[in-house]
Amino acid sequence: MELLSGGEMIARFLKDEGVEYIYGYPGGAALHIYDALHRQSDVKHVLVRHEQAATHMADGYARATGKPGAVLVTSGPGATNTVTGIATAFMDSIPMVVICGQVMSYLIGEDAFQETDMIGVSRPIVKHSFTVKHPSEIPAILKKAFYIASSGRPGPVVVDIPKDMTMPNEKYEYSYPESVSLRSYTPPAKGHSGQIKKAVDLLLAAKRPMIYAGGGVIMGGGAELLTKLAQQLEYPVTNTLMGLGGYPGTDKQFVGMLGMHGSYEANQAMHHSDLILAIGARFDDRVTNDPDKFCPSAKIIHVDIDPASISKTIRADVPIVGPVIQVLEEMMALIDDAPARSNQDAIGNWWKQINEWRQVHGGRYDTSSDKIKPQAAVEACWRATNGDAFVASDVGQHQMFTAQYYKFAKPYRWINSGGLGTMGFGLPAAMGVKMNFPEETVVCVTGEGSIQMNIQELSTCLQYGLPVKILCLNNGYLGMVRQWQDMNYEGRHSNSYLDSLPEFKTLMDAYRHQYVEIRTKDELDAKMEEAFAMKDQLVFINCYVDPEEHVYPMQVPRGSMRDMFLSKTERT
Amino acid sequence: MRHIISVLMENEPGALSRVVGLFSQRNFNIETLNVAPTDDPTLSRLTLTTFGSDQVVEQITKQLNKLIDVVKLVDLTEGQHIERELMLVKVRASGAQRAEVKRTVDIFRGNIIDMTPSIYTVQIVGESDKLDGFLQALGGMHILEVVRTGVSGIARGEKTLSL
Repeated sequence: MELLSGGEMIARFLKDEGVEYIYGYPGGAALHIYDALHRQSDVKHVLVRHEQAATHMADGYARATGKPGAVLVTSGPGATNTVTGIATAFMDSIPMVVICGQVMSYLIGEDAFQETDMIGVSRPIVKHSFTVKHPSEIPAILKKAFYIASSGRPGPVVVDIPKDMTMPNEKYEYSYPESVSLRSYTPPAKGHSGQIKKAVDLLLAAKRPMIYAGGGVIMGGGAELLTKLAQQLEYPVTNTLMGLGGYPGTDKQFVGMLGMHGSYEANQAMHHSDLILAIGARFDDRVTNDPDKFCPSAKIIHVDIDPASISKTIRADVPIVGPVIQVLEEMMALIDDAPARSNQDAIGNWWKQINEWRQVHGGRYDTSSDKIKPQAAVEACWRATNGDAFVASDVGQHQMFTAQYYKFAKPYRWINSGGLGTMGFGLPAAMGVKMNFPEETVVCVTGEGSIQMNIQELSTCLQYGLPVKILCLNNGYLGMVRQWQDMNYEGRHSNSYLDSLPEFKTLMDAYRHQYVEIRTKDELDAKMEEAFAMKDQLVFINCYVDPEEHVYPMQVPRGSMRDMFLSKTERT
Repeated sequence: MRHIISVLMENEPGALSRVVGLFSQRNFNIETLNVAPTDDPTLSRLTLTTFGSDQVVEQITKQLNKLIDVVKLVDLTEGQHIERELMLVKVRASGAQRAEVKRTVDIFRGNIIDMTPSIYTVQIVGESDKLDGFLQALGGMHILEVVRTGVSGIARGEKTLSL
């Protein structure tokens, strides 16, 4: 067997695990590892400008591929700077392994230079974490870390490695562990057949069914199967914010996103349904509105890989714990074998009702205004990219407008921080995607607030040649904050106005990127096309949109699913 | 309702903090908690008591089960079980009170395990209610110190919580 130092083992393990890129930033406690990375060429290190961006890059990669992203940082501030990125991945169940340097093991606890108890700091936001206590443990621990991160309900795993575990002159036998055994961790492999049968019986008898599909369908690789099942049953489908693209957004059976900023028809249909098939979704508070008023006449089938997601906020009538693919396959087989269905008339009436609801709001917005509406900008972006781009988003109004108006046709294309709502996520996430899909169009939809939270990464884009397109819906305000202040604080805009914005044109010049400005409605499409035509360059599209615009529909706080504001003057 | 949850977990540094952290993180309460290695030195047994509705306790057990360090767990209160808690009480015992304390200890089947001319140290074992009862019975006395271990428990009959 080969003898390797701890640092070399890390580099070699990453190669053997099939990791192509690791995103990070060097520092004292990680220098042995960095030296080992320098002496090989299989694993490529991407140097960000702030460790938070490294986690978002790895996260973007993971969301676009379903595979775990890898991050390498030093101890202390290097590690703590990853916290927001780890929490972002944790909330959205994204597989990620974060390797943190740590001070020498004999210094731990002595408040040594750049010492932080990273295991303690990250405990509530990781799926699991490890501390390396002997260099020879490194391959097994890293294998466990990648396995835990990517199996079951995925999530981030932190591996803390004291500097003396990576000493160049201390070599140990290395072999790549092909398998993992963890006596206390066995992800569910199969849903209960009796429960699946019960679910299918309910599905086939339903009169007003809804399929409510979340991010778990995408990360579980079940988008295609779910689409097949929905189309065979001809039942309406709604996606959560995390689930967009899991069902084709342009299909006639798709009723839009549900929840706080969900479509009128999705929220009405949920409220009136008699059966909900919830799959890979977790009844988040931004979906259910008041849980006590949630869908009063619906029976609920809940399929999830995580038993703790089931009956957490909304009681499930038929809980099914298992991988989405296996459960859907078993459901499909039962549906195929089922005798002729008796609910055809009811389903016909249900669709009639849903189509009536579709007419009520229908995603309308004021198209007569002189100002550019943010919705129109997103639609123009959809046209310019043929609806087929990877779209990473920051957080705020622009995120909701993108979710509503960019009709995602495929899974793995919509990259957004749904659970944590991390401003600053968009640009580095887009970079992580672009790095791994160099031929694809990758857009970061952002606002002038969010983009400034990780704007230093424009430098990383230059260094690695990452020609992402940044669509900045510039309204001069923290739009979502402003919207809430308009609605709940009598329009007192406390600290939501962004004074002293940088000259983005000058900034792009400084970073040697391209700049396109859109000020009027009539130039929207032409300028958008001009920007996307610059395939090999990063283009910052500064699109001045109406600062007065609000995101609608918007659920009325503490109401039921169907209680919504439909515009500034209308509500249900 | 009160529940006794007994957890078999990896005897690793950090495992306990994950369990305890989970309770504060998810807004669950812990009434008592104790933990010690088992006969298998790679495993620890942790017993905790908590109050909550069925829905909350279901979440507690599910969330605990999700922790990678947790190997197995059981909610002992779901079945027949035995629970015990040990308490040490230091009580002023001088003059006429000395005999009264002794009588009370005997009634509760406790033991006096240390003494000075003016103090008894009492050990008492039983269900938590009995320990509460003992302290109540000592009501009029001058209690100097109380130490309780928290509840330990085990299922009755053939059921075991082991690998």
